[in-house]
Amino acid sequence: MNTISRRRFIQWLGTASALGALGTPSLAFPKASARIVVVGGGFGGATCANYLKRFDPSLDVTLIESHKQFYTCPFSNAVLGGLYDMDFIRHDYDKLQSKHRVKVIQDNASTIDPDKQTLHTTAGRTLSYDRLVLSPGIDFLWGAIEGYDPSASLIMPHAWKAGSQTRLLLKQLHEMPNGGVVVIAPPANPFRCPPGPYERASMIAHYLKQHKPRSKVLILDAKDKFSKQSLFQDAWDEFYPDHIEWVPGSQGGIVTAVDPKHMTVTADDEKIKAAVANIIPPQKAGDVAYRAGLTNDKGWCPVNQKTFESTIYKNVHVIGDASIAGKMPKSGFSASSQGKVCAAEIVAALRGDSVGASSWVNTCYSLITPDYGISVAAVYRLGDKGIVGVEGAGGVGPRDAPLTTRQMEAVYAEGWYRAITADIFA
Amino acid sequence: MKQKSWITIAVFVTATQLVLPCMVSATDYRPAMLANPCAGCHGPDGDSPGSIPSLTGLSADDIVSSMKAFKTDQRQGTVMNRIAKGYTDEEIHLMASYFSRKP
Repeated sequence: MNTISRRRFIQWLGTASALGALGTPSLAFPKASARIVVVGGGFGGATCANYLKRFDPSLDVTLIESHKQFYTCPFSNAVLGGLYDMDFIRHDYDKLQSKHRVKVIQDNASTIDPDKQTLHTTAGRTLSYDRLVLSPGIDFLWGAIEGYDPSASLIMPHAWKAGSQTRLLLKQLHEMPNGGVVVIAPPANPFRCPPGPYERASMIAHYLKQHKPRSKVLILDAKDKFSKQSLFQDAWDEFYPDHIEWVPGSQGGIVTAVDPKHMTVTADDEKIKAAVANIIPPQKAGDVAYRAGLTNDKGWCPVNQKTFESTIYKNVHVIGDASIAGKMPKSGFSASSQGKVCAAEIVAALRGDSVGASSWVNTCYSLITPDYGISVAAVYRLGDKGIVGVEGAGGVGPRDAPLTTRQMEAVYAEGWYRAITADIFA
Repeated sequence: MKQKSWITIAVFVTATQLVLPCMVSATDYRPAMLANPCAGCHGPDGDSPGSIPSLTGLSADDIVSSMKAFKTDQRQGTVMNRIAKGYTDEEIHLMASYFSRKP
């Protein structure tokens, strides 16, 4: 017989296909059920977990997050300004589990064993991983400002992690007398959300102007320059000439000590009485990164800026505020953008493949009033010395932009918030 | 059909199944890597839930012409003039065809 029947061919093809189907994962997905553990359910970690599953649904992705719900720092200033309530900035992990099939475990990462590739949690879990992604955000350098420790932050909130600290600051603003001074003390670079303290000043001034017009915001800054400075200052001249005063570091702005008991803030050897003191202390990578030995002497995590794999431990990636990501600012958008790139790099690496050139974006809006917004944006690529902005692109909005542009940017600020949180959590 | 032909087809089919998934190369990742950050403002897969325009439903030509107009400042937007300048024309085409294939 020099022919085979059609039926036999189909049977044979079925066997071949079955082999192919089995063979495919072993060739294309060498670790079909590779286990990825992501620590931290903020902009970086939640995005990374979500996109790992989008890129490769076969992956076993677990997200470890200590909170049941996530309050975003973005738009927490608008909550302080009275534009939104706390519910607006609250997100949960339900869709990440039910729709995107990420296993979410409410627990705290404690230590990692990079040799055994295991993560230990404070609740006593041990999770093994093929790849670990840490997106632990920031922690504070307590004591860098004399007298400012965790208990002081319950009287002089930092509100630089949203949630109970935001609520506390909001309550203090509501309870303070008309005529009182709100001190905001931003740290030196680098820190989470470079324009954040100045948007906060604007939003608090917006509240004071309406409800406590004899009060003002006094910014005691550790720096002489800040993000979107000219746009902020132009807008303050226009909207808040009597409600915001900025003192640069070289002119006595550096806060060296606080006294929560007497509500005083010391800058340039002068004690300033505050009705509300919002102290934003210097920062470092989130504690778990420090405990894992992933930080450098400055407290941040060095990474391969293409893959975000730690330069200290293999198969451990660090993204978001905790990482040293070249010229990218420590922002929610940056962290989310890094989460996507990191997810793609992990999927490609598990397939023995290469992503090729990556591209990151950061777009950041700040609200001055409910109807007046400003922005900074950049497109980033990997250069010889790390991630850099594309030359000729990005930057802050033009200083002479018409009012309609500012109005549009206020509208787009909210549009951005709705989009990025939907991209991550919906 | 001759056995040889059947076998040729079978070998081809099997080989294709085995090989195709391995052919994911750097160029295949590129459109997605360029387009992924767009979701940060334009929503998941370009489907915006808020005030920022969606990219879904736009043709590749629409996206290319908008991006080029922003890039050359022939169209005044807000951030898009600054962002569009970050991409080559080739990259704009890759992103545009990526989004135009989204449902």
